[in-house]
Amino acid sequence: MARTALAPHATPPELIRNFCIIAHIDHGKSTLADRMLQLTGVVDSRAMRAQYLDRMDIERERGITIKSQAVRMPWESAGQTYALNMIDTPGHVDFTYEVSRSLAACEGAVLLVDAAQGIEAQTLANLYLAMENDLTIIPVLNKIDLPAAQPEKYAEELAKLIGGDPADCLRVSGKTGEGVEPLLDQIVAQIPHPVGDPDAPARAMIFDSVYDTYRGVVTYVRVVDGNLNPRERIVMMSTKATHELLEIGVISPEPVPSKGLGVGEVGYLITGVKDVRQSRVGDTVTNASKPAARDLGGYRDPKPMVFSGLYPIDGSDYPDLREALDKLKLNDAALVYEPETSAALGFGFRCGFLGLLHLEIVRERLEREFNLDLISTQPNVVYDVTLDDGREIHVTNPSEFPEGKIASVSEPIVRATILAPSEFVGAIMELCQQKRGQLRGMDYLSEDRVEMRYTLPLAEIVFDFFDQLKSRTRGYASLDYEPDGDQVADLVKVQILLQGESVDAFSAIVHKDKAYSYGVMMATKLKELIPRQQFEVPIQAAIGSRVIARENIRAIRKDVLAKCYGGDISRKRKLLEKQKEGKKRMKMVGRVEVPQEAFIAALSSDGGGEKAKK
Amino acid sequence: MPPSSLPDGDPAPASGELPSSALAGLGTTDLGIYVHVPFCSVRCGYCDFNTYTLTELSARDGDGPSIGLDTYAAAAIAELGVARRVLGDAAPPVSTVFVGGGTPTMLRSADLVRVLSGIREHFGLRPGAEVTTEANPDSVTPESLAELAAGGFTRVSLGMQSAVPHVLATLERTHDPDNVARAVAAARAAGLQVSVDLIYGTPGESLDDWRRSLEAALALEPDHVSAYALVVEEGTKLARQVRRGEIMMPEDDDEADKYELADEVLTTAGLEWYEVSNWARSAQARCRHNVAYWSGSNWWGIGPGAHSHVGGVRWWNVKHPAAYAARLAAGESPAHARETLTDEQRYDETVLLTTRITAGLPLSYLRVSGRAAVAGLIADGLVDGPSAVRDGRVVLTRRGRLLADTVVHRLIAP
Repeated sequence: MARTALAPHATPPELIRNFCIIAHIDHGKSTLADRMLQLTGVVDSRAMRAQYLDRMDIERERGITIKSQAVRMPWESAGQTYALNMIDTPGHVDFTYEVSRSLAACEGAVLLVDAAQGIEAQTLANLYLAMENDLTIIPVLNKIDLPAAQPEKYAEELAKLIGGDPADCLRVSGKTGEGVEPLLDQIVAQIPHPVGDPDAPARAMIFDSVYDTYRGVVTYVRVVDGNLNPRERIVMMSTKATHELLEIGVISPEPVPSKGLGVGEVGYLITGVKDVRQSRVGDTVTNASKPAARDLGGYRDPKPMVFSGLYPIDGSDYPDLREALDKLKLNDAALVYEPETSAALGFGFRCGFLGLLHLEIVRERLEREFNLDLISTQPNVVYDVTLDDGREIHVTNPSEFPEGKIASVSEPIVRATILAPSEFVGAIMELCQQKRGQLRGMDYLSEDRVEMRYTLPLAEIVFDFFDQLKSRTRGYASLDYEPDGDQVADLVKVQILLQGESVDAFSAIVHKDKAYSYGVMMATKLKELIPRQQFEVPIQAAIGSRVIARENIRAIRKDVLAKCYGGDISRKRKLLEKQKEGKKRMKMVGRVEVPQEAFIAALSSDGGGEKAKK
Repeated sequence: MPPSSLPDGDPAPASGELPSSALAGLGTTDLGIYVHVPFCSVRCGYCDFNTYTLTELSARDGDGPSIGLDTYAAAAIAELGVARRVLGDAAPPVSTVFVGGGTPTMLRSADLVRVLSGIREHFGLRPGAEVTTEANPDSVTPESLAELAAGGFTRVSLGMQSAVPHVLATLERTHDPDNVARAVAAARAAGLQVSVDLIYGTPGESLDDWRRSLEAALALEPDHVSAYALVVEEGTKLARQVRRGEIMMPEDDDEADKYELADEVLTTAGLEWYEVSNWARSAQARCRHNVAYWSGSNWWGIGPGAHSHVGGVRWWNVKHPAAYAARLAAGESPAHARETLTDEQRYDETVLLTTRITAGLPLSYLRVSGRAAVAGLIADGLVDGPSAVRDGRVVLTRRGRLLADTVVHRLIAP
């Protein structure tokens, strides 16, 4: 532990180390971070809240980190006090861009791998990202206290991946604290200090921005050149918007205002803005009075990849849903939405997400924090449809898919990386084949672990790929993917009709070869889910006007309770009242009453969006 | 025959006292008395009524007061005293009495007559009052039936259930089918009106089996027939057998077929439906006591677990005979809990109950939304067009009777 911490704004870059921890969920990143906070004296043991850095409940419950943060920790090594900035990175495939910005704020990364499990696909993807950014990598095996740990095996795997000697791989236990002090010393010794021009106009990169109810948007930055000072006016270089710096400081581990931030330092800014869109991840902050000529580069607008309709189960909750989305948007620059009407589901919003997990998180927050009951429609990707007359249509909802006269349809594809024990290679190849994947390469990480690289349509991943992958590899495979452009494909829209009435919520855009199986699957499922009505209800799956599958729900003939005497009346009325409540949750499709449960069950198709959690 | 599980409700006061609003219309409506006799010699596998075998009762006997066959009448008469006190002087003479169970004829006829006399003493009986008891064909004799008739009973409802031995066996009914004919003859000889109860939809019962039962019932020339679809109630032996897959329940459509057959056969034989599950030889042969349930009249239920309704307040007694006896011994009302109906609940109940009967529901009673739904119901063949147009009443068609729940929901939807 350092005796005194170095003051922000007055710390020479030579004494600063900026690093992040790259790890798969469950590999113990948060526990290790907690141990570092304790050892550096930033948090005392009694006040230690397990997994201090993960703030939101959902993150805590799922053991994942959605929003990164940065903590400044003092550390004394060989008689010299240093300032270590630990930048937390989001650990999921949907947030690749956020991860890339967090990495760009660092000079080094701790590659943390569970000594009992070895590296996972997402970790590998982030490792490659870090290597592309020229970060110094410190390989660390965690959980060496576990009986199942195989440090030798996985040290070799890591050495093979990043080069170097397996013996250089550090071994720690976040749980017991073993090896954490040497790790902190190695961070000082191995990771280069930041370099920048202290006299140049200020340039700082935003690597995170978080909305706080009391303080407005808190922006996390890494200063590259110059310095930022309180009460200055600053400019966001992508939007040219000017703000006053109301507060500037470092996190240690609570926000502490400072006299400013200098070259290489990491901290936070508060300008009083209320929407994270005004403070975008990847943007460059400069000084208004002496602006930089060029930004730091690397800024990208967040691009929604997966769309889903969100509808309140109780139609009268629509205004509440709008309000809730407006609030969430303040803290989520990637969330986009616009009002949408569905014949079956009523009023709702078509929402765009970075990916499935992002969708899940948003949905769960809406339900939990805003107490809303929601239906989310089958997630879909964005299609670009070119008509015979050359007109192009951007389809974010299957209902917008044009009828006939289609020249071509293109769909987004991803580069996917799958890591699995080599015994599953056959099963994975078969699955990827079914999912229209193309093998791009394959490497053995060790004798029994293989890395497979595929190009896959995003739509297949969004459908049920991950669940299938997990079930076919008994949970051993891990997956990562990133967008890789578009491809033209033979896609059709399968409509589902109830009593001749198309139900947009159930229709889907699928590959021609899968249209029949989708139609049969959906028709069969709906037959089970929709209760019998007083008339026969045909369920049809159709491409255009061509019916490809059909089921019938026979008319119900009897629903009356045969007996209703004195003692039955209260019971019968209570049942009626319960059914009446149930009817309120029914959606009418033409004359057909469809229970909410049917929508929910049908839309959370085997796999689908509901279960694709990682 | 109250079901054995009681609904949830508000606590009922120990005095049994009713709010004055409930008593307001007391003098202007018919008053019925239901008497629940919670004894059976054996429990049938499908039955979830509040009834006990004598072995069950003696096994539970502790030191406290309880009731058995010998002491039942006294307890029932004690509750009649509570009823008289609660309803007060405004209570009208009783129009109908219905003794159900359980098996009321497990009691001696003299005891049943004593209870009826108790009613007469506390409230009086209207001239021409209908007085029914349910009876098990095995537990009546010409003498016991004659004694009931002499004591003031006018009507007997016999639990026939089926004429087909394998169906009776599945239901665990032990009576000898021949006893039904003997009981009907004896009842008729005693001057009693006769109704028979049938059950359809028993697992394993074919459409032909059901036809045989209907024809056997008609051969007895009853004044009245009730036919119920078998309902598998939670907690019964039958429910366990179905859950374990030992017995397969027929599909809903099977019940619909059997209902239609019943209506066809009974109507052809000159009986007319007057409630979803009830048919009568003439308007006079209808069970007035039951019609009172469906018309929202007042009735007091005597006995363990019995339900009552007075002026929009429904309540039900404690279930177990021992608890019931203890309450009465302490001079308290045996009411377990009650509910005071809101306007909305009364509306729903009225629609629910009166659409079941042939008189139907006056269109004028319905809210605008309900009236608007009627045209669609007529178009769907669920409500009789002429009755609505000519008489201004919602009366169900045969198809509508089977789909009465659908009809009710469409009428009460906002």
